Parts: sequence; C-alpha cells; structure tokens
Amino acid sequence: MRARDFVTRTGEIALLSGRAFAAMAARPLETRLWFAQMEQLGVRSLGVAGIATIFTGMVLALQTAYSLPSLGVKYYIGSVVAKSLVRELGPVLTALIVGGRIGSGMTAEIGTMTVTEQIDAMRSMAVDPVKKLVAPKLAAVLVMLPSLTVIGCGLGILGGLLVAVFQLHVQASVYLNNIVQNLTLADVVSGVGKSFVFAYIIAIIGCYNGLHTEGGADGVGRATTDTVVTLAITIMISDYFLTKLFILVVS
Amino acid sequence: MPPDDPLHAPPPPQAPDQARPEAPAQEPAQARPEPPAQPRPGPQALFTVRGLTKGFAGRKVLDGLDFEILRGETFVILGRSGSGKSVTLRQLNGLDKPDAGSVVFDGTDITGLEERDLYPLRRRVAMLFQGGALFDSMTVFDNVAFPLREHTRLSEAEIAAKVQEKLGLVRLPEAAPKMPSDLSGGMRKRAALARSLALDPEVLLYDEPTTGLDPITSAAIGKLIRQIHRHLDVTQVVITHDLDLAQHVGDRLAYLSEGHFRFLGDWAAAKRSSDPELGDMLSGRAWDEEDDHAANARP
Repeated sequence: MRARDFVTRTGEIALLSGRAFAAMAARPLETRLWFAQMEQLGVRSLGVAGIATIFTGMVLALQTAYSLPSLGVKYYIGSVVAKSLVRELGPVLTALIVGGRIGSGMTAEIGTMTVTEQIDAMRSMAVDPVKKLVAPKLAAVLVMLPSLTVIGCGLGILGGLLVAVFQLHVQASVYLNNIVQNLTLADVVSGVGKSFVFAYIIAIIGCYNGLHTEGGADGVGRATTDTVVTLAITIMISDYFLTKLFILVVS
Repeated sequence: MPPDDPLHAPPPPQAPDQARPEAPAQEPAQARPEPPAQPRPGPQALFTVRGLTKGFAGRKVLDGLDFEILRGETFVILGRSGSGKSVTLRQLNGLDKPDAGSVVFDGTDITGLEERDLYPLRRRVAMLFQGGALFDSMTVFDNVAFPLREHTRLSEAEIAAKVQEKLGLVRLPEAAPKMPSDLSGGMRKRAALARSLALDPEVLLYDEPTTGLDPITSAAIGKLIRQIHRHLDVTQVVITHDLDLAQHVGDRLAYLSEGHFRFLGDWAAAKRSSDPELGDMLSGRAWDEEDDHAANARP
C-alpha cells in the first residue's frame, strides 16, 4: 500500500468513526437493531472465545509449573495465570478470535450490499447506511467484546485452576487466594480498557472495508481477507501502545 | 387487487413513437454543448443540468452535458453500454457528485449539497436500480415497507395496506412473504419498483430497467413504466440501451455517446436526424468495432 493510500484510508476511517458515533447517539435510537446485532455478533461468539481462553489458562498453568520447577513456583500459579490473562491474553486473544469472526462477517455483509447497490438504494431512499448498518454494529461490539473478554478471563482462570488442582496438586484455596492477593484493580481496568479500543477497531475496520468494496463476489472476497489481516496487525500493534499507555496512566 | 385499480384499465391505443401533445416541441439535435453562460430553464423544467462533467481515472465519461427534464415527461437517455448513462442518472439524485457543472432540481442546486441535505430531495425522487437492489435480508413486504417505516408515522396496518396497494400496482400481490432470492429477475425488478413507489415520489429514475430480462418480461416492464406514468403523475427518467423500451415509454430522447448528447429531442426529430450513429442505433445495425454486450461493465 502506498503512503498516500494509507493516509487517505486513515482519514476516511476517522470520518466514518465520527459519523458512526454521532449516528449512535442520534434519535431515534435503533435499539432493536442494536440488540439483534449483539445477539448475532456477541452471543454467538461466546463458544469460540470461551474455548480459546479456557485452554489458554490451562496452558499457562502448565507452562508456569514446568518451566520454573525448582523455585516452588507452583504456589504462584494463580497470580501468574490471572495477571497474564486479565492484562494481556484475555483481551488480545478474544479480540483476535472474535474480531476475525465478526469483522470478516461485517465486511462480507456490507460488502455484498455495496456491490449489489443495496447501499446506494438505501441512500436513494434518504436513509443513512451509517445509522442503519454501521452504528448498530459498533454499539453491539462495544458492549459485547468487553463482556466476552471478562467472561473469557473468568473461564481462563477456571481452566488454570483445573490444571493446578488435578495435575499439579495445588490446593484450590491456595490458587484462588494467590489471585485475590495479587490481582489489582489496575490490572482489570487496563484489560477491559484495551478491549473497548479493540472493539472500536474491529467494528470500524470491518464496516469501512465493507462500504469500500468494489467489484463483484471477487471484490467481497478480497475485502474480507483484507479485514482479517488488517485487524490482526492493528490489534497487535495497538496492544503494545495501549499497554504502555495503561502502565503510565493506571499504575 | 382492487377492481378500480387505475393501472388495469386497458391502455388506449397509441403509436409508441408518437410524441405526447403536452410535451413542448424542443429544438432538435444539439450535439455541441451550449455555452453555459445563459442558463435558460424552461417554465416547466424540473431538472436543469448545465455543463455536467465527470471523469473516472483520468477518462472523461461525461463532458459538459446540458439538458432539461420537463415536469411530467418521460425522458429517455439512450446509449451504448459504458457510455456513461448510469453515471448521468446518479447525478440526478446526488448519489454521485460531478467534477464540474450543476444539477438544479425544482429551483435548488443540488451539486454542492451534503449527503444529509439531499434527503428531502431523495424522498421526492425515487430510483430503480439495475439489479433491483432489494435488501436480501428482508422479505419483499419488509422491503416495500422499509421507506414507509423510515419516513412516515403510519401504523403497521396502514403500512400493510399501502404495501399491498403498491405490490398490486406492479402486479405482484402474492410475493409479499417471499425473500428476494426466491424471485425471478423480472419479479425482483417489479418488487423493487413497488418499493420505489412506496413514498409516492414525484420523479422516478430507472437504471436499465430491462437489462438481463427476456423480451416478453422486458415488454411487460415497459408497459408497466408507461402505465405508471399515465396514472401516477410522475416525471420519469429512463436510461437504457433497449430501443424497444425507449420507443415504448419515451416522450423525448437523448442519445449519449462519448460524453456528449449527439441528439436531444422528440422521436419525430430523431427519425429525421441525419446523424449516422443515431441512425445505426435506431435501426439496430451492429457496430463492427466491438460487441455491445462485451462492454457491459459500468465505468
């Protein structure tokens, strides 16, 4: 991508963001559309996000115990699992997996509407596609991704607990007590805070690529792939800067 | 469908190429663009277009178009595939912005307007898209009800009555519960036409209404366009490369080629015109340079 395209796209995404947030607040509130999107984008992502985080928690517990065996680290597994999940892996993994699923879905849906002139038809009927399509998706993802992240972190900690108790023979009370003593509010704030930013990135990039799809079925395919790749990279890069930011602000 | 439905009155016999008496005689054939210095909108002009220019990727698709669309007429823009007809049509409701020139609708210049400020115009100017552009996530009923739910405060019962009335107009009363994917191409266009009619527009813009349809379905669509014009008091703009359709529905015609109107006037003048390319188009003679269907893509 040439530098000029990049600047143009960034500008257009910023404009779309402004319009989408304004449309979200504008009356009449399309709450029915919002709830439909929350169901479609959020509730149906629960399974895939839950499986990913529960196994991540289990792996974390195992890796911690076996990579540092001599230090009696077994009794600190709880806080290692919880802190890694809540601060980092929970938000990022959920965003990557859920983002790949729903971001590509948004691009495919809106992109198909674009190439079959349904978006133009909507405009020609004096209806704003941003209000009708983009704003409900943005609202739904902003609510559901942080929720999924919190649920996912809980499941991951549970997975770690299972491994700790049944495989490493740590008492459940030791595991949980260690978490309660070490997990701070700052950890939770930075984890959930990140997931709000990831939610915004997923919805805006998914919708933007859909609205700018060109060509036929071929174009929809290209736009969808582009969304998945762009999302993965943008989430990883922004994660670093968000971590930096939250360390500065919260800690 | 109601028995008093005006569209089901038998159409009076009328030669398809006969100019309507109420359409004022237009000075025929202006291939060259008029100087835009003295805009002189006729008393009945609903759209006044001056110096319309639009290019894509360095290629000028429209190069200074000047024309007027009169209140109550059916104006046909005829042209080969890829000649910029769709681009022209999309300027009339502001879906695309021109590079230069102006489009004045009912006294308002719409070229500089923001998307939001175009909404009042678009409630009065409906558009029928080439593939119908029905929302494929909704039933036909919900498609036709969509503009009503967005722009009116009618109750669901009133909306249902109105939807059935519009579906009756396009002779598709039984299609309401179907999904667009279950309809044939012709039915999809009829359903889309019903949706365009939902808000009782003053102007209807048709983008290639018969493309992709068989000759019989095309003729039926042409008949429908004519009947809607006769009974609903609308101004219509039809862009097409279908000569039969153009002759059937058009009061006046413009022939678009290489960014200019090579001809603009009524049918009698078109028949008298000595322009060889228009003559070829009207007689359906083939060009030897390329197959018409090969260049079907919009620029």
